[in-house]
Amino acid sequence: MRADRVWWMPPNGALHGVAIDRLMWWNLVALSSLFVLAHIFLFAAMMRRKKSTSPDTSSSWKRELLPLAGLTLLYAWMAVSAQRLWATIRYQGAAPNALQVEVTGMQFQWYFRYPGNDAVLGATRPELINAPAGNPLGLDRTDPHSADDIISSVLLLPAGREVDLRIRSIDVIHGFFIPGMRLKQNAVPGMEMHIHFTPSVVGDYPILCSQVCGSGHARMQSHLRVVSESEYQAWLASHEPHLTSGATR
Amino acid sequence: MPATFTRTPAEIDRKDTGIGGKPPVDRRPTGGGGGDDNWENHPQGRRGPRELLTRYRLGLFFALAGDLMFFIALVSAFFVRQNAGHFDPRDNYVSDWHPLAVPPILWINTAILLLSSATIEAARQHLFHEVDVMEEWLGLGRPAVRRASPWLVATVILGVVFLAGQWIAWQQLASQGLFFGSNENSHFFYLITATHGIHLALGILALAVALCALFMLRRVEMRQIVVDCTAWYWHTMGIFWIFLFVLLTCFQ
Amino acid sequence: MSLRLQTERSPRWWLFTTDHRTIGIAYLLLSLAAVAVGTVLSIFMRIHLIAPDLKLPFWGVVPPEGYLALVTMHGTMMVFFVLTTGPVNGFASLVLPAQIGARRMALPLVNAISLWLTVVSFGVLLAAFLVRGGAPISGWTNYPPLSAIAAAGPGQATGMDLWLVSIGIFCLASVFGAINLLTTIVSKRCQGMTLMRMPLTVWAWLVTAVLILFAFSILLAAVVLLLSDRHLATSFFVPPGEVIDGLLVAPHANGSPMLWLHLFWFFGHPEVYIAILPAMGLTSSLLANFTRRPVLGYPFMVATTLAIGFFGLLVWGHHMFVSGMNPYAGTAFAFTTMAIAVPSSASVLGWLLMLLSGRESRVHPLPTPMLFTLGFLSFFIAGGLTGPILAQPVLDAYLHNTYFVVAHFHLIMAMAGMFSLFAGVYYWFPLMTGRLMNERLGKWHFWLSLVGAYATFLPMHFAGLAGQPRHYAQLTGSTSNLSSLLPLQTGITHSALFLATAQLLFLVNLIWSARRGRLAETNPWRATTMEWALDASECSVVRGPYDYRFDANLPDFILQCADEAEQE
Repeated sequence: MRADRVWWMPPNGALHGVAIDRLMWWNLVALSSLFVLAHIFLFAAMMRRKKSTSPDTSSSWKRELLPLAGLTLLYAWMAVSAQRLWATIRYQGAAPNALQVEVTGMQFQWYFRYPGNDAVLGATRPELINAPAGNPLGLDRTDPHSADDIISSVLLLPAGREVDLRIRSIDVIHGFFIPGMRLKQNAVPGMEMHIHFTPSVVGDYPILCSQVCGSGHARMQSHLRVVSESEYQAWLASHEPHLTSGATR
Repeated sequence: MPATFTRTPAEIDRKDTGIGGKPPVDRRPTGGGGGDDNWENHPQGRRGPRELLTRYRLGLFFALAGDLMFFIALVSAFFVRQNAGHFDPRDNYVSDWHPLAVPPILWINTAILLLSSATIEAARQHLFHEVDVMEEWLGLGRPAVRRASPWLVATVILGVVFLAGQWIAWQQLASQGLFFGSNENSHFFYLITATHGIHLALGILALAVALCALFMLRRVEMRQIVVDCTAWYWHTMGIFWIFLFVLLTCFQ
Repeated sequence: MSLRLQTERSPRWWLFTTDHRTIGIAYLLLSLAAVAVGTVLSIFMRIHLIAPDLKLPFWGVVPPEGYLALVTMHGTMMVFFVLTTGPVNGFASLVLPAQIGARRMALPLVNAISLWLTVVSFGVLLAAFLVRGGAPISGWTNYPPLSAIAAAGPGQATGMDLWLVSIGIFCLASVFGAINLLTTIVSKRCQGMTLMRMPLTVWAWLVTAVLILFAFSILLAAVVLLLSDRHLATSFFVPPGEVIDGLLVAPHANGSPMLWLHLFWFFGHPEVYIAILPAMGLTSSLLANFTRRPVLGYPFMVATTLAIGFFGLLVWGHHMFVSGMNPYAGTAFAFTTMAIAVPSSASVLGWLLMLLSGRESRVHPLPTPMLFTLGFLSFFIAGGLTGPILAQPVLDAYLHNTYFVVAHFHLIMAMAGMFSLFAGVYYWFPLMTGRLMNERLGKWHFWLSLVGAYATFLPMHFAGLAGQPRHYAQLTGSTSNLSSLLPLQTGITHSALFLATAQLLFLVNLIWSARRGRLAETNPWRATTMEWALDASECSVVRGPYDYRFDANLPDFILQCADEAEQE
């Protein structure tokens, strides 16, 4: 586990995170410089001056419009450079061979479901949800595809493979937030969101809930463990396939 | 200051005096102003016979603008939810929007509401009729009020009939099994008609108050303002209803 | 000669008055009560965050839902009852008619009704603490289904209903107030007061009133729809298949929580401009007053006010970049949000230039209203500069709902807005009581608040960058590494305690000066705007609002309604 940092974002583990970190850095540098500059101006303006002979009302327009034009260019550059990155991350869907994992948020727990060998996630029905009986997601046992689904409370992913997360919620709006992967997406009941990313650095990354969801909001956490491909396969194999016995209601 | 009355065309045209054109406009910033017809250059209280009426109409306009935003919020929610649907367990998209047949009585209700707009407009015109207003201002009885009151009463009756018709429409829908919470479309049907109905009920209340005020207020100007504002509110509710009715019949 | 307004009627008349100055003072007192309650709530929040097991007075050990209730009510009270009520209703009722040369508001009864409805709304909101289950816990934004289903959390039953009723009444109150303001500004300007001769405060109130009219009507619709979902078995916002506490919630038709987000933020973003535009207008006026120079580029400032108001209606989606909204819509909102940075920067540049060119003519020493105006400028720059970062969806995807956002809006809304409220109170205190507030206490109040505010809110940026989300009741006892932020948050809490304590100086100053402050002469700040004239309503205006002269041969300034010959 990496050392905890308090003055900057936690270490990045995602492929797209490098560009985001760079953008964040330059944005903060630019805006902090403007902050300092503006305050130097403010202090300079507080120094009193003896009455000068020439009233300087003439070039005031230029003095105001030139900095404004500079600032507008800066804002435009920020918007455009960020937009490019946004488009690459969000405009297109995941590659067809991306790993599929379903993330379900509920008060106050994250569950992760892998499709298993048939690469298809089984159907779920809300009326079947019964956590004490071992069916927290409402898996429909009559669906053949749900027999090999693996349900976990920890997100385990192989490094270097693109992942397509299917994010849903069964009760209220939750926020799926992995700071180390520079990833955030709300889980909205009634909707199914897809986001994709590629974890590239092996390690353990906290998963936090970023949208207030009730009294347990602060403890609704989980872990993303990024491991090597072989470890991932071993983990998959070690999980028992979903038993067909057990309560169906 | 004479009471408010409509200006005849002759008075308006008389502004053009002088030979071959208007007299030159005096724009010197003298204290007081008031040589011309630009009311803004006059001090408060000397901006013409309709100063108070304009002010209250302006207030009503802004209130109705806010009200319009409220209805626009409901209507945009309506359009957004029209695309309501869900994915069934087999990943098929199923639309949840079930258009309902608008009960035919709503057409009759719409006609009644338009008729009531006509009646209240008649009342409003009576209250601005120059000769009657002059008599009232002089203290020779209240002919304008006497002529306008039956029309106001007629509007109240028509308004109540409209609301009764809306209630019957609801009963008809309920007998088909469509209640407020049945599906998204019925949400909006009931919500839209109920919101409009509440506004209209407030309008009927305002009409009743206006009727009483006609007999109790002493100044002619205030009587005109009360009926004028109520009439404009009523017309606006009628126009809103037309838009909402078109929405419910054609855009489901 | 004392400016003391004639409020020597007995209290029962005072309660039902339609006199706009008394109503303005009543609004400001209401805001004072709200800010006191809101500050106490925030202190409880901060202490709980760093010491979750501590027993607080009135509460005992605060459970997590108690913390969330504190957060929700703190936000609601501050945004609505302090930052919407104070600058718009409070100050405008106090000085708007005089500034445009009217004797009274156009619709004084509507103004009074607006005040009473606001008071009722405040009472209903406070009642949410006292009902079973307590206050709501879904944040001031109250996203459904958490806010739509009573079983979804403690406080979401009666507490949530009371919140909704309170805010519904507040919407009506605000809309009535806006109607009155708009009618007054449009129809009650005195002779010669054209639109381009109005003080910038009046322009700000004009644009703010239009925004209120649009935004609060939408919020009222959203509140009505949510109440309907909660009690009339509709499902505008609740999808089917909800499972709360293991139980399937009663079947709903297919609603969408996104509808609430769109409706709420269509209100929510103009709301923050409603909170800040009057402050910007006041800043321009006070800077002109205390640098003894006219506002630089008056038409330009008017244009920025209009631009901010207009664009403010087009940017609401930037609160929803990661909410499930279409990413293309995210791009569109990103561009409109970045666009609104331009008129805001233009305003700031204008103010900075006014200060620069006022170096020779400014008042010395700087009185307290001017100090707070400078503080406003500093916080506006600090908070405003983090806006462009949050306007970029790809960066906001990391920073959304973290302490970075908390730092941003507290700096620009809470601190800049509050400093402008303070500036207004110190400035217009002679109009309210005929006395001046104590300068020494005022200066101490300013410096301590400035230091305390920066110490509280600047470190929050780092907490946000480290990934700490909002609304977390505690940092310990979880599996993440958030507990490493505990020292940072402890420092923030100490600074917040310091900041809150510094406000006691203001309270003491207020109460003491109202009784025993130095008597003010007419127009103690030597201002040109007409609220300082003895009787402005009979005048005819021939000049602009900021006719300060800095040529030594002429009198220092000319009151807007004076004739040429009048001396200072």
